[in-house]
Amino acid sequence: MYIYDDYDQQIVDQRVDQFRDQTRRFLAGELTGEEFRPLRLQNGLYIQRHAPMLRVAVPYGHLRSDQVRALAEIARKYDRGYGHFTTRQNIQYNWPKLEDVPDILADLAKVQMHAVQTSGNCVRNTTTDQFAGVAHDEIIDPRPWCELIRQWSTFHPEFAHLPRKFKIAVCGSVEDRAATWVHDIGVHVVRNAAGEVGFKVIVGGGLGRTPMVGAVIREFLPSLHLLSYLDAVLRVYNRYGRRDNKYKARIKILVKAMTPEAFAAKVEAEWSHLKDGPMTLTQAEIDRVAAFFTTPAYQALPAEDEGFARLRSENKAFARWVERNVFKHKQPGYAAVTLSLKATGVAPGDATDAQLDGVAELADRYSFGEIRVSHEQNLILADVQQADLPAVWEAAKQLGFATPNIGLITDIVCCPGGDFCDLANAKSIPIAEGIQQVFADQDYLFDLGEIDLNISGCMNSCGHHHVGHIGILGVDKSGSEWYQVSLGGRQGHDASLGKVIGPSFAQDDVPGVVRQIIEVFVEHRQGDERFLDVFDRVGMEPFKSRIYQKERAHG
Amino acid sequence: MGKHPHIIKLDRSNGQREIVANHWLRVAEGCDDTIPAHTLLPLKEWLERRDELLGRADVGIWFGPDDEPEALGQDAARLSIIAVDFPAFTDGRGFSIGRLLRERYGFAGELRAVGDVFKDTLLYLRRCGFDAFEIRADKDVEEAAKGLDDFSEFYQGAADQPLPLFRRRGG
Repeated sequence: MYIYDDYDQQIVDQRVDQFRDQTRRFLAGELTGEEFRPLRLQNGLYIQRHAPMLRVAVPYGHLRSDQVRALAEIARKYDRGYGHFTTRQNIQYNWPKLEDVPDILADLAKVQMHAVQTSGNCVRNTTTDQFAGVAHDEIIDPRPWCELIRQWSTFHPEFAHLPRKFKIAVCGSVEDRAATWVHDIGVHVVRNAAGEVGFKVIVGGGLGRTPMVGAVIREFLPSLHLLSYLDAVLRVYNRYGRRDNKYKARIKILVKAMTPEAFAAKVEAEWSHLKDGPMTLTQAEIDRVAAFFTTPAYQALPAEDEGFARLRSENKAFARWVERNVFKHKQPGYAAVTLSLKATGVAPGDATDAQLDGVAELADRYSFGEIRVSHEQNLILADVQQADLPAVWEAAKQLGFATPNIGLITDIVCCPGGDFCDLANAKSIPIAEGIQQVFADQDYLFDLGEIDLNISGCMNSCGHHHVGHIGILGVDKSGSEWYQVSLGGRQGHDASLGKVIGPSFAQDDVPGVVRQIIEVFVEHRQGDERFLDVFDRVGMEPFKSRIYQKERAHG
Repeated sequence: MGKHPHIIKLDRSNGQREIVANHWLRVAEGCDDTIPAHTLLPLKEWLERRDELLGRADVGIWFGPDDEPEALGQDAARLSIIAVDFPAFTDGRGFSIGRLLRERYGFAGELRAVGDVFKDTLLYLRRCGFDAFEIRADKDVEEAAKGLDDFSEFYQGAADQPLPLFRRRGG
């Protein structure tokens, strides 16, 4: 994992001082609320329904155990004993006091953490595959590139006040686990025919009010040019992105208006001035950063541990957990374990201080002291020996993190919704719980196979509902909360957006609607077909006619 | 528009700054006659009278956020002062304008930020090549100047320091 040197540390320390001064001036009336707002947002601080909300950056989802302990301590000391992991692999606190935030930042800085650019109209936290570095299908480790992008984007003076927020995702594996097609910029680390490392660059994807799948503007960018090329893309966006209407201000609107071809040409023209300039990466810098992401000290182990295999064949519950929550590792005898933060009755993505401390302990004992956050809001121990899996399973059960549901319909991706968020039209957490209760029968749940269910409380789409196989969106209708359901969305290399099934539903009806969707799926299913396969084969109609046979929907 | 009493002036060679009286009048449009000394004209108007004004060091230009440095081009190198208007501090287009004038079009004169300018964007402005800051009249100028020191190290190259940190780290 990346370790700060004196330069990195000084930058986050000075950020704490700067924000302390900004907070002081706001409280003293020297900064108006309107002036303070963009400044605090660039430090992840929202003023929400009940209290401020602070979003802390977890760069590309990587944490060390000491950092997780610090997050637990902050939850205890400044909040109500818990935090919420987000779809940007960050963590947010729902109950800090405004005047405490500078102290929280100072505590974070002690463990090389910060809240820089976790909100606001600037380049946000870069995200990647939660299995980066260990995935069996990885082509190139994306993490050094994520760190280089993190440094480039941190307090970039020219792009500090963009038309709108800007999100970059990087992927280096066969399967795209970083949703790169629905980001402002998606970067695929690839090799060309000559074996050189470079990037395929996608722009203009995004969810939100106007969801779009991005377009490739460069098939192969040689690796040394990554940052100067990003400068060119951002400069074109900064200058020409719309600023008159916040709903049309994302880069996707500009790319669509110009056409991807014209946008690409504009970027190339700008880049021709920047190419081979000082922002050209050096091999020494790439090597320096890559050295932080080397392989840990793996032991030489057999491909399958005997004790693990035995328990797996004897214990159904363990086998089930392995099938859902254990991911194939590139190193023989090792596995990556996903701790499910999706137990029924708990807000998806929430973790208490005790759970965080427990996870830190597990990481120290079993996984080289490192933890990852996935954009599906779960936690990962990336380097566990197979022989330790039974012990990790037992410990995860104690923590409440062993629900064997990764990739299943109850592994719900969900924003904080109307219970916490000021922007939301509708609640999302109670919807998630209602749906999870429908699928309480483990055998039934298991048989259904992979189904992504995503819930967003409003069009901002923090719950990524557009790319859920089943997507649920909270909408406001004359002051009451309704839910629109879409089917057929998906992330990955064949990313596409779900289609709305029909008129929206009242909150109490949503679990029943999901139950009906699943019933239709089961009736049409052939063999082990996945939900998506069935949907692609039979289309929307059977679902629609079942759900709307009774007069349940309104307007 | 008009004339603020004071500006912060930064010496780009050594980082020293002082608060000085403002001699320049920024106008929404010029007059038909000879432009008075110490006038900042809108870019469009200056371009229309380019041949008359190019030799005058006592007339400058101001850019709105929509104005394009490309329209001025290499003439920038012959001007003594250019102002860039930030109608709101959250409108970052002026940052790109500053860098283009400095880094692409060779502008070496005074680059002045005007409009919604106060402590919290001064360092970004400085990094984008600005060396004069017309602080909003209702803000404390002395306090604002401290914003130039919020950070002492930066990751990216920019107009003030073309070399990114990765070319200087450990060196």
